[in-house]
Amino acid sequence: MSESQQHDAERPMSGAEIIVRALIEQGVEVVFGYPGGAVLPIYDALFQQNSIRHILVRQEAGAVHAAEGYARSTGRPGVVLVTSGPGATNAVTGLTDALMDSIPIVCLTGQVATHMIGNDAFQEADTVGITRPCTKHNWLVKSTDDLARVVHEAFYVATHGRPGPVVIDLPKDVCINKGRYQAAGGVAHPSYRPRTKGDPARVAEAVELLAGAKRAIFYAGGGVINSGPQAAELLTELVRATGFPITNTLMGLGAYPASDPQFLGMLGMHGTYEANLAMHNCDVMVAVGARFDDRVTGRLDAFSPNSRKIHIDIDPSSINKNVPVAVPIVGDAGSVLQDMLTLWRQRGSQGDRAALAAWWQQIDGWRNRNCLAYRQDGKVIKPQHAIKRLYELTRARDAYFTTEVGQHQMWAAQYLKFERPNRWMTSGGLGTMGYGLPAAIGVQIAHPEALVVDVAGEASFLMNMQELATARQYRLPVKVFIVNNQWMGMVRQWQELLHGSRYSESYMDSLPDFVKLAESFGAVGLRADSVDQLDAVIAEMIATPNLVIADIRVEQRENCFPMIPSGRAHYEMILGDGASADTPDVTDAGLALV
Amino acid sequence: MSERQERHTIAVLVDNEPGVLARVIGLFSGRGYNIESLTVAAVDATGQLSRITVVTTGTPMVIEQIKAQLDRLVPVHRVVDLTAEGPHVEREMALIKVTGRGEARIESLRIADIFRARAVDSTTESFVFELTGSIEKIDAFIALMQPLGLTDICRTGVVAIARGPAAM
Ligand SMILES: Cc1ncc(C[n+]2csc(CCOP(=O)(O)OP(=O)(O)O)c2C)c(N)n1
Ligand SMILES: [Mg+2]
Repeated sequence: MSESQQHDAERPMSGAEIIVRALIEQGVEVVFGYPGGAVLPIYDALFQQNSIRHILVRQEAGAVHAAEGYARSTGRPGVVLVTSGPGATNAVTGLTDALMDSIPIVCLTGQVATHMIGNDAFQEADTVGITRPCTKHNWLVKSTDDLARVVHEAFYVATHGRPGPVVIDLPKDVCINKGRYQAAGGVAHPSYRPRTKGDPARVAEAVELLAGAKRAIFYAGGGVINSGPQAAELLTELVRATGFPITNTLMGLGAYPASDPQFLGMLGMHGTYEANLAMHNCDVMVAVGARFDDRVTGRLDAFSPNSRKIHIDIDPSSINKNVPVAVPIVGDAGSVLQDMLTLWRQRGSQGDRAALAAWWQQIDGWRNRNCLAYRQDGKVIKPQHAIKRLYELTRARDAYFTTEVGQHQMWAAQYLKFERPNRWMTSGGLGTMGYGLPAAIGVQIAHPEALVVDVAGEASFLMNMQELATARQYRLPVKVFIVNNQWMGMVRQWQELLHGSRYSESYMDSLPDFVKLAESFGAVGLRADSVDQLDAVIAEMIATPNLVIADIRVEQRENCFPMIPSGRAHYEMILGDGASADTPDVTDAGLALV
Repeated sequence: MSERQERHTIAVLVDNEPGVLARVIGLFSGRGYNIESLTVAAVDATGQLSRITVVTTGTPMVIEQIKAQLDRLVPVHRVVDLTAEGPHVEREMALIKVTGRGEARIESLRIADIFRARAVDSTTESFVFELTGSIEKIDAFIALMQPLGLTDICRTGVVAIARGPAAM
């Protein structure tokens, strides 16, 4: 700290100045927000400085999703500023989304003045009460002198252990009153000290188990991404050293290079045949930063019944929550993977090479089913084909992808291939339609030169399309790639397969003309109606240096396969009609159709 | 997976700050865990720490989850499963009002004596008994008072502490 700054620290400042100063000290460069009466003092302080850039969204949910996109693509916490009452309640979906997907977010909410709290004042909401279950922690600050400490603590809590969103509720008088600044260095959290180093005895046990395995598999999730790019590298090294296959969860895509032959693709409800059957038939499972979510496990009592499970997670409450494990290791994914790798190398073990070859032979049998094959015949664009071509035409560019929620999201997870972490932003745990566009804005703010594409469904896009104005205001060349099937496709699919084709309220009537819509927002609108136009539209979209909406009209009734109907087991997968016929070495007794 | 239900008494040391009890209760209600009894009070001289004693039931897997979920709350310092850790003392206090005259009234006083309950208030037609003991003892006392004019029950919930010299 310079002398003048030190002097500054002793000078009483307004609460709003203290907040801004604390944000700067925390290294914050961007705040996503929307003003209102209760936060005007903070907006005034923001106006009088140049260190922090404020991005004005068009709805507070957009602010949180943008901060999520920013956070997930950079590894740094996302910061949000919203007003009291409706500003805070609009942020709730984003906060819940960030909690489910373990995204570090610091959300500042305005609040009515302390003496008015509890009086049903104008734009008062019990924000700490409302957000208690959808944040990792929250604070109501009642004294200006506490502000700096709470802001520093908030960043600590949001980013340490299993990351998550936190809320700081800021009564207006606390922001106006004068108080003293406190530097971050002096703030240590009294009780929150998550463990990051894995128990060495457990790590050794895990390595022994792995060395003795005949049919092991790695199952890695978003925790590896959260741990940082180094964790993904260590994971890759360990997987390669052992020779075993690996599958990623939806949140874990990019934690292992998709082009690597040991990668089996995503697992779970819409995962690949080979990933799910390998999970079902393995004898040792190494779960890293993944939480045995129901979309991954399917029917719990039939989940990987014959395997011994190793579970590495920074959150002790994730361990033994859904699935009992043999070797629990509480710790940071990167740190534990490093320890495992060191031990594996020291051991000099090659494992059981013959068993490994047999395991791969079995897996290759499943792979030969070619479960992601589809038939692109005729002029109508198959949605899978649209995304596959999107991938192929962007693969050289280190692009960032966000998604909305629905079939297009699952196809994106299946057909986009990620070589690196932090390139894939999707709403996994909550499944929030409307996530993709604001998230893409957050990504583009963090990576101004990069190609950022929101793979969207037309229904989801409509949920937060007001953020087009945000993208336009900051000249963000985000690409909205709408896989337009004119249906809430995922809903339609379930209705077809599980509800006797009774399509109750899932058709998207009265859709806007997306090209004209784009133009009205000052964006470029493109459309592809038939397969011969597809590549040209994608190429033009990539080449356009502006905000683009590409309306890709696709087959309306395509279903997303493979699919494990919810509540079924991994071996009860439905395959698409493009997949190859059964091969002799596959026992698919359970390949039941619903 | 075992479906065996177990009853556990868990002690939780927390920062004595606003909302901390709501966090703990919200955790139980939000995740569908049982609360059989819950007590809380500040326990250190400066009033910065509170101790919560919670009695809950669940399968062993659920009990493990409850402890892990409690431990991950930011203001929680320590979680100790007294039932799992070994011998401990559990006590609850109750105030019990019995109204009536004649033989029933005398009988209630006799039973109170056997249970070492104290009459802390009396009128010609009522007693308020104060009783301390295990949950079972209080349950038994209440059952016996039922036919004798029991009108009001107030129980504190369980407080519990490990036996021996070790502190939490
Ligand atoms: C906010 C919200 N509301 C409802 C749902 C339930 N839901 C899941 S997918 C889906 C349909 C999405 O349609 P679209 O965006 O067009 O994507 P498609 O499945 O057609 O690719 C719906 C309604 C949800 N996930 N999020
Ligand atoms: Mg659709």
